[in-house]
Amino acid sequence: MSHAPIPNGADPLDLLGTDTLLTDEERLLRDTVRKFVADKVLPDVGEWFDAGTFPKEMAKEFGALGVLGMHLEGYGCAGTSATAYGLACTELEFGDSGARSFVSVQGSLAMFPIWAFGSEEQKQEWLPGMAAGDLIGCFGLTEPDSGSDPSSMRTTARQDASGDWILNGAKMWITNGSIADVAVVWARTDPDGPDRGAVRGFVVPTNSSGFSAPAIHRKVSLRASVTSELVLEDVRLPASAVLPGVSGMRGPLSCLNEARFGISFGSVGAARACYEAALAYAGERVQFDKPIAGFQLTQRKLVDMMVKVQRGTLLALHLGRAKDEGTLTTPMISFGKMDNVRMALEVAREARSVLGANGITTEYPVIRHMNNLESVYTYEGTNEIHTLILGQAITGLQAFS
Amino acid sequence: MNVVVCVKQIPDPADPGALDPNTKTLKRDGKLILDESDSYGVEMALQLVDAAGGGEVTLVSMAPNGETAGLRTALAMGAAKAVLVSDDALQGSDALGTSKVLAKAIERAGQADLILTATESSDGYTGTVPEQIAELLSLPSVTFAKSITVDGSSVKVQRQTESGYDDVECPLPAVVSVTAGVVEPRYPSFKGIMAAKSKPVDQVGLGDLGVDAGSVGWAGAGQEIVEIATAEARAASTVVEDDGEAFQKIVDMLAELKIV
Ligand SMILES: Cc1cc2nc3c(=O)[nH]c(=O)nc-3n(C[C@H](O)[C@H](O)[C@H](O)COP(=O)(O)OP(=O)(O)OC[C@H]3O[C@@H](n4cnc5c(N)ncnc54)[C@H](O)[C@@H]3O)c2cc1C
Ligand SMILES: Cc1cc2nc3c(=O)[nH]c(=O)nc-3n(C[C@H](O)[C@H](O)[C@H](O)COP(=O)(O)OP(=O)(O)OC[C@H]3O[C@@H](n4cnc5c(N)ncnc54)[C@H](O)[C@@H]3O)c2cc1C
Repeated sequence: MSHAPIPNGADPLDLLGTDTLLTDEERLLRDTVRKFVADKVLPDVGEWFDAGTFPKEMAKEFGALGVLGMHLEGYGCAGTSATAYGLACTELEFGDSGARSFVSVQGSLAMFPIWAFGSEEQKQEWLPGMAAGDLIGCFGLTEPDSGSDPSSMRTTARQDASGDWILNGAKMWITNGSIADVAVVWARTDPDGPDRGAVRGFVVPTNSSGFSAPAIHRKVSLRASVTSELVLEDVRLPASAVLPGVSGMRGPLSCLNEARFGISFGSVGAARACYEAALAYAGERVQFDKPIAGFQLTQRKLVDMMVKVQRGTLLALHLGRAKDEGTLTTPMISFGKMDNVRMALEVAREARSVLGANGITTEYPVIRHMNNLESVYTYEGTNEIHTLILGQAITGLQAFS
Repeated sequence: MNVVVCVKQIPDPADPGALDPNTKTLKRDGKLILDESDSYGVEMALQLVDAAGGGEVTLVSMAPNGETAGLRTALAMGAAKAVLVSDDALQGSDALGTSKVLAKAIERAGQADLILTATESSDGYTGTVPEQIAELLSLPSVTFAKSITVDGSSVKVQRQTESGYDDVECPLPAVVSVTAGVVEPRYPSFKGIMAAKSKPVDQVGLGDLGVDAGSVGWAGAGQEIVEIATAEARAASTVVEDDGEAFQKIVDMLAELKIV
């Protein structure tokens, strides 16, 4: 039995026509980042990955584009919608998770806490330079012995009689650490002090005495990104270095919510890159006298990937609209981060198989994305932690400890 | 210094274009975008205004259905404002009709020191509009600019030729067409994109410009498209088998095509 012919004209890269859900302005913004990535990231990112570097000069390029802290208002930031920020993350991560990580860390993890919880002086001092990409920021929460349970952190901040703060401890896996001009560091205060041991955030210039940030090597994932350790040995800071607007774990967690939102979008970009590479390859690669795209098993893979990418796009857009309307909740963010990163990893692995042996080289983007996504799966709340957040949201029972 | 840039909004070249069998012209009812050819003129204008230390860039465009998407891109790059001519009576306008309308729109845009266009559009590419605008405005016309410098009341242009360039100079105001690819158009910055939505677009019809509807559109077209036909499929390419002398055959072929 033969099937009636399927009308052609469907867009293989956007079968559902999700593009129609965007405004003209959002499309212009998206296309601008897409072109930027095509011009400035894609030609070199394979080499950055192979060499294990992310060129610091990219910061100024990102700054000129306006992508750093783009969804914040004032202080040299563009003040776009959250959805627009998400769309930019998608395009950046279409290039590489490392490029998106740089922008996430700068905008959501370093600029956001200063913008949301900083004093006017802190904002004036740091934000314009960070928005322009003249100054690079990093975010120090994770420690060697404190990952998924950040409230178990051991880094301390003690205030001496003069009012100065003295920081001691070590942070681990810190994106941009070695290239940063400023670190937002979270540390536990004196249990007997005025903050009663609450975690506070500190704006730490990286040229402070006692501060060092050795790079972490031998990574096989997120290689086009700088990952570092932060070592704090009696780092003395003035009283004005503390972020005055927040006390307790709400501080770092609200930054993470910002970045996780961006990852819900970003991961779709990585998935789309893998799907596009597999679709193109399958159309050209001939075995048994026909393009492998003509085999049923390959079509099943391609369709699976296409459906996943489109579903992930819809999910991310829904979260974007909710954030702009002010109705986005923490479990919704966990849904997006958990499901879209898992989706992207599945698509990457499937795409890898379609490319056969070519799929294992960095000549093609697929295995680079696949390896990168292992980091994305773990950072910003592991897949398991987001599962537990959702588990608690639907059962009312916490299963963390 | 005030620079007017003519920017054409065209159907996205990435989507397959289609001809309307009734009007025999390109269908322009879908979304239109900024013609990439014009992004060089916009960039050049922004650089000239920067170099002059003051003034602004004004865009002029003629397009159906009040289309502004392409204008917003150029406004996001840094242009200050735009005049958009949109009128049902413009359907069927040929290059001369288009030039008449653009000339009036340029006058409406205010006192301009310099008017820039591309050398030819990506969809129509008659490459005749710039010179016709200059004639209608009684201004000097310089074509194929690869670099432009303004010096007081005159403009110096390096005019691209087959073997290099000519240095030419003429008094301002003037109409100069800019060769594609001679500058790198900036990315619209996000601040620019956010600001673009509040920049003024002066949308006008033929009446506002004092253009007689009979002199443009189908009514005014001096040309008629009598027939459209599917282009011949590209002929099979020539395969040169290398018997040790293939290079000579290829060189001869290229010489015949006047490429070498
Ligand atoms: C490339 C990269 C960049 C990073 N950048 C930064 C940065 O800029 N700033 C920063 O502060 N941190 C950063 N991190 C750290 C990251 O956030 C942590 O790795 C992450 O929070 C997990 O912590 P962990 O690695 O210590 O794993 P652990 O917390 O030790 O977890 C190990 C495993 O146990 C599971 N697990 C833990 N607790 C539970 C539980 N209760 N129930 C079930 N399973 C559980 C986890 O899900 C995981 O599978 C980065 C990490 C990477 C890889
Ligand atoms: C008989 C005939 C009928 C036509 N009918 C139609 C029709 O019904 N609908 C239709 O849309 N087109 C129609 N066209 C095509 C359209 O009118 C041409 O695109 C127009 O004449 C401009 O010519 P061009 O694109 O070849 O300009 P070129 O001379 O190649 O353009 C050079 C430069 O001039 C400027 N410029 C040109 N056009 C514009 C513009 N509209 N706005 C701003 N700047 C501009 C740009 O900077 C451009 O790069 C028709 C053409 C012919 C010959």
